[in-house]
Amino acid sequence: MSVVPAGTLYRGKVGMWSWVLHRVSGVAIFFFLLVHVLDTALVRVSPEAYDIVIQSYKTPIIGLAELGLVGAILFHGLNGVRIILVDFWSKGTRYQNVMFWIVLVLAIGITAYFTPGHLDRILEF
Amino acid sequence: MSVQIEIPNSPRKQRVTNWEKYGWLYMRISGPLLIVLIFTHVFVNLFTGEGIKQIDFAFVAGKWADPFWQWWDVSMLWLALIHGTLGMRTIINDYTEKPKLRTSLVGTLWSVSGALILLGTLVVFTFDPCPATADPNLLPSFCEAIASN
Repeated sequence: MSVVPAGTLYRGKVGMWSWVLHRVSGVAIFFFLLVHVLDTALVRVSPEAYDIVIQSYKTPIIGLAELGLVGAILFHGLNGVRIILVDFWSKGTRYQNVMFWIVLVLAIGITAYFTPGHLDRILEF
Repeated sequence: MSVQIEIPNSPRKQRVTNWEKYGWLYMRISGPLLIVLIFTHVFVNLFTGEGIKQIDFAFVAGKWADPFWQWWDVSMLWLALIHGTLGMRTIINDYTEKPKLRTSLVGTLWSVSGALILLGTLVVFTFDPCPATADPNLLPSFCEAIASN
C-alpha cells in the first residue's frame, strides 16, 4: 500500500481549485472577448451583416454556451474580489476558504436564476 | 575561502520601472471596475427585456446614439482587453520554457490585443446609427425622423 500524501496547505484544496477555475474561466472569457469585439465590429460593415452574425448567438447550442459564459464571468469576477480581499484585507487569508464557497454559491445561484428565461428565448428560436 | 556578502539582507536595487508591480496592481484596480462595467453590460443586454432575442443592429444603434454607452463600452474594451492580455501573459510565462517561444507568443498576444482595441475604439466612435443605404426596417426607430427631415 502506498501512502497517500496528506498534501500541503495548498495542493488539492480550495486554494488550488479556485486558482484552476480562475485560470480556466479567464482564458474562456478572453477568447470570447476576441470574438465579441470582431462580431460587434460588424455594425460598422452593415446592419445586415451584423444581424446575420448575431443570429447565431440566439441558436440553442451557442445559447447554452452563453450560460457557461455568464457563469464564467460571475465566478471570475467574484473570485477576483476574493483574491483582492486575500491580498489587502488583514483577515483575508483567514476567511479565504469560506469566501470561495460564497463565490461558488453566488455564481451558480445567479446563473441558475438567469437560466429559465434564457432557455425560453433560445429554444423558441 | 569564503565569499563576503557585505549586507546580506539589503534590498535589491531597483534601477528600472518595476513593470511587474504595475501589472499586478492593474489587475486589482481594473478588476473591480470591470465587475461594475461587465455585470451591468450583461444585465442590461441579457437579463432584462427580451434578453438575447433583442440584440440586433437597432438595439446597438439605440445604445450608441448615447455617448454614455459609447464611453461605457470603450472603457470596457480597453480595461478588459488589457486585463485579459496581462492574464494570458502570466499563463504563457508559466507554461513556456524556451525564451524565444515565450517572447514570440507574448508579442503575438499584445499585437492581437492592440489591433482589437484600435478596431473597437474606431468602430464605437465612427459608428453611424442610420446608414443611408441600409434597409430602414433594420434601423432604430429614430432614424425615420432623421430621414424625413
